[in-house]
Amino acid sequence: MFLFFGGVAAWVARDYPMGSAVRMGPGYFPLVLGVLLALLGLAACIKGLAIRGEPVDRLRFRPLALILGSVGLFAITIETAGIIIATVVTVAVAAAASPDSRTREVVLLIIVMLALAVGVFTYGLGLPFKLMPG
Amino acid sequence: MELLSNLQLGFDVALSLQNVLYCFVGVLLGTLIGVLPGIGPVATIAMLLPATFALPPVSALIMLAGIYYGAQYGGSTTAILVNLPGESSSVVTCLDGYAMARQGRAGAALAIAALGSFFAGTVATLVLVVAAPPLAELALRFGPAEYFSLMVLGLVAAVVLARGSLLKALGMILLGLLIGLIGADVNTGQFRYTFGLPNLADGIGFVVVAMGIYGFGHIIANLENPDERNTGIAPIGSLFPTKKDLKDSWKAVLRGTGLGSALGILPGGGALLASFASYSLEKKIASDPSRFGKGAIEGVAGPESANNAGAQTSFIPVLTLGLPTNPVMALMVGAMMIHGIAPGPQVMTERPELFWGMVASMWVGNLFLVLLNLPLIGIWVKLLSVPYRLLYPAILLFCCIGVYSLNNSAMDVGLALLFGLLGYLFIKLDCEPAPLLIALVLGPMMEENLRRAMTLSRGDPTVFVSRPLSLGLLIVAAVLLVMVVLPVVRKKREEAFQE
Repeated sequence: MFLFFGGVAAWVARDYPMGSAVRMGPGYFPLVLGVLLALLGLAACIKGLAIRGEPVDRLRFRPLALILGSVGLFAITIETAGIIIATVVTVAVAAAASPDSRTREVVLLIIVMLALAVGVFTYGLGLPFKLMPG
Repeated sequence: MELLSNLQLGFDVALSLQNVLYCFVGVLLGTLIGVLPGIGPVATIAMLLPATFALPPVSALIMLAGIYYGAQYGGSTTAILVNLPGESSSVVTCLDGYAMARQGRAGAALAIAALGSFFAGTVATLVLVVAAPPLAELALRFGPAEYFSLMVLGLVAAVVLARGSLLKALGMILLGLLIGLIGADVNTGQFRYTFGLPNLADGIGFVVVAMGIYGFGHIIANLENPDERNTGIAPIGSLFPTKKDLKDSWKAVLRGTGLGSALGILPGGGALLASFASYSLEKKIASDPSRFGKGAIEGVAGPESANNAGAQTSFIPVLTLGLPTNPVMALMVGAMMIHGIAPGPQVMTERPELFWGMVASMWVGNLFLVLLNLPLIGIWVKLLSVPYRLLYPAILLFCCIGVYSLNNSAMDVGLALLFGLLGYLFIKLDCEPAPLLIALVLGPMMEENLRRAMTLSRGDPTVFVSRPLSLGLLIVAAVLLVMVVLPVVRKKREEAFQE
């Protein structure tokens, strides 16, 4: 329930300043859209308060943080440390998000993924990845 | 006879060794992701886009299209054998398909699903051949005003046909349009919503958004639900449907094909809507509706034909008007643009080999799919025993590599991450992301046409109602909008999505 309101409130808050703050020559279209979305967010908020809706599922933070974290790590490591390290950390962190991941499987998975990332993507398709740091 | 020569051109293109090969790869991949729950065609196509850079455009589009309709076949396998939708459009197939499997008739259900799909695919390809040229001709007469009105209609339809709350669907559209505005303004070069970040100057790519929402967001949501796939795989049994099965299902296949073909063309439609609508229809007209859910073969035959027909006819608006009607089509538009093809009516006249080659390849692909899905069913079943905990890190890594290699930009991966978070919130808040993606693609085109129309008419807004074609499109949009607001229709709509 509260999360639902929070979500709707965030929706309103996020779009409001966007819609009205950026107001310049070529901005006719964005302004109209921004105002419309803000009004809609307001309507959803009122409706949400008036009608007791179903509560939103609890958010579980472990998979959320680990999955987003592994994507973030990929973004950071791909250009600095190269595809090999990026693959290892991304798969390892992502695998930790599952409640029943097993170490041996994950190690195997990393090896298979490394072979694919290097063999297929880097050599096979010729994508310009760095292999190693430096 | 022009039709025949066009078709011949198409088959010449589609049957070249290279294109047959790519078509095969496409449908094979499509079946694979269709069978596997947890990954859909949107994420797959987004992932593979960078890999198609090196291919000629025809081969690339043939392969990507194959993924979409291939997934419709694969999805039914999982639905029937393990009671899990491999693809969202096979949700309804679970109901009666799995019931049949428990009665030991899984083989018959699979065969009917595949044959029905093949029939539907063939008919839908014919519909495409017949309906596309006149539509494209009409579209060639469109000016900016008409295009703007057409897009308004497309967005309204996307709202009407989206599942869940209308309010949310509207919100998603507006949000999508706003995201589409990020970047330098086409006419003046003014930066909008870039927050001073130079990487945002070119706007946010739809692939980044699609991957974030459909790839990352769904993985996170899937991980929250414990692995449900230990229900066991039902034995297949004989693949040959009995005479009675055939007798019971041929009408349902026909109805499903018709319904699917029609719904596929509508903006917001496509495979998903088609299968739901077909199931409700079969249930409504059945002499004994109580059989449904307990293994009625019509409940498999209708929706499976409908989703395949819908998947194929949804190419009609893209290829003739440049108007994407669902997220997969939004990606196809993107794929065309990456290959330097402006989607729209001119595709058919300027690149006939591309248009007809693609159409012909669909029929070839459907033929492959029947062969892939019936005799080789055992292989796909084995795949189902791969647990999700091994699949998702691989999917995740491929998504990352896909996003990164699009522009070789780590920033894009970071953006996709944000959209992953957003996509996860959307799932939690029951917001259907499809309208957002459609609006994202349409947004910039819509603004450009709006401004161009206003410039041409010297700022006179009546241009949208004084041109008959534009007025007609707007009227249809208005009628649609009024219809959903009316309480009677609204209730119907909710019922239809409840199934």
